[in-house]
Amino acid sequence: MRELRNAIVELYRKAATSLPQDIEEGLRRSLEKEKKNSSARAVLSVVLENTSLARETGRPLCQDTGVPVFFVKIPVGQSHRKIRQEIISATRAATRRVPLRPNAVDVLTEKNSGENTGINFPILYFEETGGEKLVMDLILKGAGSENIGQLYKLPDAGLKAERDLEGVRKCVLDAVVRAQGKGCPPYIIGVGIGASKDQVTMSAKAQFLRHLDDTAGSVVLSTREKRIVHDINQLGIGPMGLGGKTTALAVKIGVNHRHPASYFVDVSFMCWADRRARLVFSFHNSQFTIHN
Amino acid sequence: MQEKKHIQLPMTERDVLSLRVGDIVFLNGKIVTGRDKIHKLLCSDTKARQEVPFNLKGTVLYHCGPIMKKTAGGFECVAGGPTTSMRLEMYESQVISAYGLRGVMGKGGMGSATLEAMKAHGCVYFQAIGGAAVYLSKRIKKVIDVWKLEEFGMTEAMWLLDVVDFPAILTMDACSKSLHEEIEKQSSDIFRTLAGLR
Repeated sequence: MRELRNAIVELYRKAATSLPQDIEEGLRRSLEKEKKNSSARAVLSVVLENTSLARETGRPLCQDTGVPVFFVKIPVGQSHRKIRQEIISATRAATRRVPLRPNAVDVLTEKNSGENTGINFPILYFEETGGEKLVMDLILKGAGSENIGQLYKLPDAGLKAERDLEGVRKCVLDAVVRAQGKGCPPYIIGVGIGASKDQVTMSAKAQFLRHLDDTAGSVVLSTREKRIVHDINQLGIGPMGLGGKTTALAVKIGVNHRHPASYFVDVSFMCWADRRARLVFSFHNSQFTIHN
Repeated sequence: MQEKKHIQLPMTERDVLSLRVGDIVFLNGKIVTGRDKIHKLLCSDTKARQEVPFNLKGTVLYHCGPIMKKTAGGFECVAGGPTTSMRLEMYESQVISAYGLRGVMGKGGMGSATLEAMKAHGCVYFQAIGGAAVYLSKRIKKVIDVWKLEEFGMTEAMWLLDVVDFPAILTMDACSKSLHEEIEKQSSDIFRTLAGLR
């Protein structure tokens, strides 16, 4: 299992120091759209320069290395308990080696554990896969963007939002207007719709695994996603909230069946520094690949 | 519209009054960091004022929880971008008036209580570029000292930094003007149209 642990440390390094290509390209396209000599353009060019610097120097893109969130698909027969242990050991090692900022604070003593581990920290979602290899997705979720997320219950009279996708559009726009520039836009926005609060928040988070250019499974959803991004970018909040045309790079929606009486909508934000990476690991020969 | 200005710290009230929303600034000299725990301490404990080992008068308080690496001679900043300033809104007006700050720097802007204190005491808000942590760490020439490292940890301690041409955009000035407030107003207006709320 030592090989797996080392691979997870490298997964952390990749996620923390290297912005995924689709996000970088999205930011580059946004820069071209902004006016010459505008704050928006200045901000985006610094952001892109920072991205190159981080990759060259092997330093974390952002000092807030966030809450690590793992989505893990485990082959039949492998112990979930052991894999959990390897993730925790790798988290301690990565915190020292990358280095990551220690972010796990004990709620009762207010002490920072110093190693990014603690009660339900990192956050782990496990499921079994029929495949032979372990597939481990890691998101480093910055707190600035996490703090501006919103949960809605439809209908919402204040927003005149009914229980339909049009109501969902109003929720997302409302969340963005409330967020302004506080969570480092341009944002990538994950939306979860369904029957219960825990279900939709997890669903919204899972959307961050989707790449910018992927399309939702249904035409209805993908049309709605595009419409919402278009509307968000009319708001004029812009990169870092200083005004401009790019407030969001994408909106991704995940749906679950709901109870007849419930229609929950969670809106989760990712900052431009969308740090994600995937490890694919073979237990047979300990070979692995990491990409984002 | 956008003027580039080099600022030498500490600043005087006169320096502050010459700054306007939209200015692109480059900070030079000593600044301190402080976030949630430091703000709470500076406001809640009357003894804290005597205990702060650094002179905050005329300087800039940077909302930042950096990644620091221990070196032979002290510390090196590995990554040092801004944190969200709005979390500190309930403390900042008090900190500005009690400690004589001339600048507050972070991301996302601050609210009306801070804007009022900025007018009353001659202080401004600088928006640094969120997430640009490596780029900004290159402008931190030296980590001079640290306070409360043991007790608060790396993220929440107060770091005394020497910065060179540290870039930021002035978004709240000492004449009650706030770019954040303006953009919030405009975007809320557009939102009401897009959502059919008028």
